[in-house]
Amino acid sequence: MSLLSVQNLSVQIGSVQILRDVSLEMAPGQVLGLVGESGSGKSMTALAIMRLLAEGMQASGSIVLQGEVLDTLSERQMCMRRGRNVGMVFQEPMTALNPLHTIGDQVAETVRLHTKTGRRAALVRAREVLDRVGLEHIGLNRFPHELSGGQRQRVVIACAIALAPKLLIADEPTTALDVTTQGEILELLRRLVREDGMGLILITHDLAVVAEMADEIAVMQTGRVVERGSVDDVLLRPQHDYTRALLAASVHQPVRQVRLESETVLQVRDVRRSYPGARRLIGRAPPVQAVRGISFDLKRGENLGLVGESGSGKSTLARALLGLEPVQSGEIRLGEYLMDADASRALRRRIGVVFQDPFGSFDPRWTVERLVAEPFHLLDNPPPRRAAVEEVLVSVGMKASDADRHIHAFSGGQRQRIAIARALIIRPDIILLDEAVSALDVQVRAQILDLLAELSAKYEVSYLFISHDLSVVRAITDRVMVMQLGQIVESGETEQVFTAPQADYTRQLLAATPRLPEGVAN
Amino acid sequence: MISRNLILGGVLSGLFAVLAVLSFVWTPFDVETLSIPDRMLRPSGTHWLGTDQLGRDIFSMLMVGARTSLAVALASVVIGMGVGVPLGLTAAARRDGLLDDVIMRGNDLIFAFPSILIAILFTALVGPSVWNAILAIGIFNIPVFARLSRGAALSLWSREYIMAARVAGKGAARISAEHILPNIANLLIVQGTIQFSVGILVEAALSYVGLGAQPPLPSWGRMLADAQTLISLAPHMALFPGLAIVLSVLGLNLMGDGLRDVFDPKLKRGRAR
Repeated sequence: MSLLSVQNLSVQIGSVQILRDVSLEMAPGQVLGLVGESGSGKSMTALAIMRLLAEGMQASGSIVLQGEVLDTLSERQMCMRRGRNVGMVFQEPMTALNPLHTIGDQVAETVRLHTKTGRRAALVRAREVLDRVGLEHIGLNRFPHELSGGQRQRVVIACAIALAPKLLIADEPTTALDVTTQGEILELLRRLVREDGMGLILITHDLAVVAEMADEIAVMQTGRVVERGSVDDVLLRPQHDYTRALLAASVHQPVRQVRLESETVLQVRDVRRSYPGARRLIGRAPPVQAVRGISFDLKRGENLGLVGESGSGKSTLARALLGLEPVQSGEIRLGEYLMDADASRALRRRIGVVFQDPFGSFDPRWTVERLVAEPFHLLDNPPPRRAAVEEVLVSVGMKASDADRHIHAFSGGQRQRIAIARALIIRPDIILLDEAVSALDVQVRAQILDLLAELSAKYEVSYLFISHDLSVVRAITDRVMVMQLGQIVESGETEQVFTAPQADYTRQLLAATPRLPEGVAN
Repeated sequence: MISRNLILGGVLSGLFAVLAVLSFVWTPFDVETLSIPDRMLRPSGTHWLGTDQLGRDIFSMLMVGARTSLAVALASVVIGMGVGVPLGLTAAARRDGLLDDVIMRGNDLIFAFPSILIAILFTALVGPSVWNAILAIGIFNIPVFARLSRGAALSLWSREYIMAARVAGKGAARISAEHILPNIANLLIVQGTIQFSVGILVEAALSYVGLGAQPPLPSWGRMLADAQTLISLAPHMALFPGLAIVLSVLGLNLMGDGLRDVFDPKLKRGRAR
């Protein structure tokens, strides 16, 4: 008997179709990977199965869970099923937990809502569940803010499996997490599925994650399931063009001309930066050492990668390189001049930056023309603004007329192109790319990487590519540095570091990174 | 998205504004001419809202009083914004620094004294006048705007587009003016309308106790005070100034609410549920 059977599920808002005839089939104990780019309807499918659609959306089609038809149940009856028969894990562990309640209470809440259990018994049950998800050493009376991202996600999973549901829906459960934490969470999900015979719908944009986790894959595009089948079939013998395009984009390597130049544009020597510790009742906690003695060189036209997990100090280093914050010791040299927090405009114009979030990087009230031309502030005699903006927009693949529009008119990928245009407009020696493609879909990411490779050759600009995503760094860089706890633990030629890692930490990172099977998209 | 609140509030506030402006060129009767025989008349065709204990036309007095109220409220909001917003932006730009602490603790100090106390202080120093009221309410408004703009600016300072502006070499003052102020302007406008209505209320209270506008300049608060002892003889003398205060404050608050909905649609959906 199948665990879940979805037939011809369609959802529309007014006259706009969001899902069209989505059909899915799952057996108990199976892992179904639901993949697609943003806006393809993956999350909407999950919400429709849970009957959690926002007001004003009409759903049609049938959803059968364990032989019970869900779509005719009343809201009240549906409430009884949610949490008990179907559990759900969301992407952002920061917001999925109530910051005012202890984790014990939040897990116990699920138990108490659905069973006639007293508070004490429910807390006992919560303890058992938290032990199962690997939080044995964490007390029930802890609050979400006292836990790390990975631990929080474990609590969210504990809430979802507290009543041993037969189906668990995980919507991008590891996207917000570091690669080693991601590996642990995926391992946990795998174990829970095996032990409980639970069905798991894993929603993700990352094909490599699906390749390691799922039995079956459903590929979604613009509200339809375009391809469905076993992991091997879909990944190695894709039938649909869209699936092929996705796979090609995931393993895409931009064509780059590697030039050997000797001029050093950036020289970092033994840079240290610490923050004062948290205020205590009397005095302060000991200072936090964010960057502890980092040295490296960047040559003209070179692409250098800086890899590290959150808390490794890479953002702190980035802010110091940009001259936004002072360093305590060591020096950062651009050419022959020292960069620091009160560097001159002449020095600052040598380095540009592209940030991660394509939605937060632009003042919503400015036109693209003003936004892109903002670095002109660094020039003594800026060229005519309009012409320069149009030229640089065209060089990043946008239209000259886009200069008149506001930023909300553009998609994430287009915004990232505009961000690159803004960094490029004053022709810096170095562009610092801080997780610049992490928030993008794979196909858009491939395009942006191509663009970066092209621009690097054309303008002889060096990139410092900061990322936690190893596959991206591998695709675009010549050399890579691995950073852990404020120090560089390994550095070398990119291919060499990836194929023959020396440091333990690098090996851990590489082992934890999900990989597509050999032979994809060839 | 224009809500009922906004329309109703706009119409009410607009009505008082029109009356106030009109009073410069025309009032049904002169408010400085006393006519004892006509005292305490009930509302009629000649005196639409009746007359007071000195025979002055109440409708005309309300019109001139609206002028006083709106002028005081407007001036005090201008003072509050003009001083408070730059202070708040400075504190946000120097967050966690000494200047931040100095500014915000200074604001707390001002906040600790109600405007009425400040007005009494000024009266003791220079005697009562309408300028007292303006200064007292204006000073009271400073910390309101300082806190609001600091809080809103702080959340913007961590945005990436502010980082991008810093990378472009722009200083804190320039970033505050170019990026932060325009992005918190909607908040300030909403708070401005609310403080405007508070200003009217406090001006009425100050005049009521004799610390605001002085005779012969009519003011809603003093009209209420005059009517108090005669309330059983001529209830209309208290009723109409009271209504004017209530309606103008209500109108401005509705307008502030409506503006907030226009500027922040998210908030509106949250509240509708």
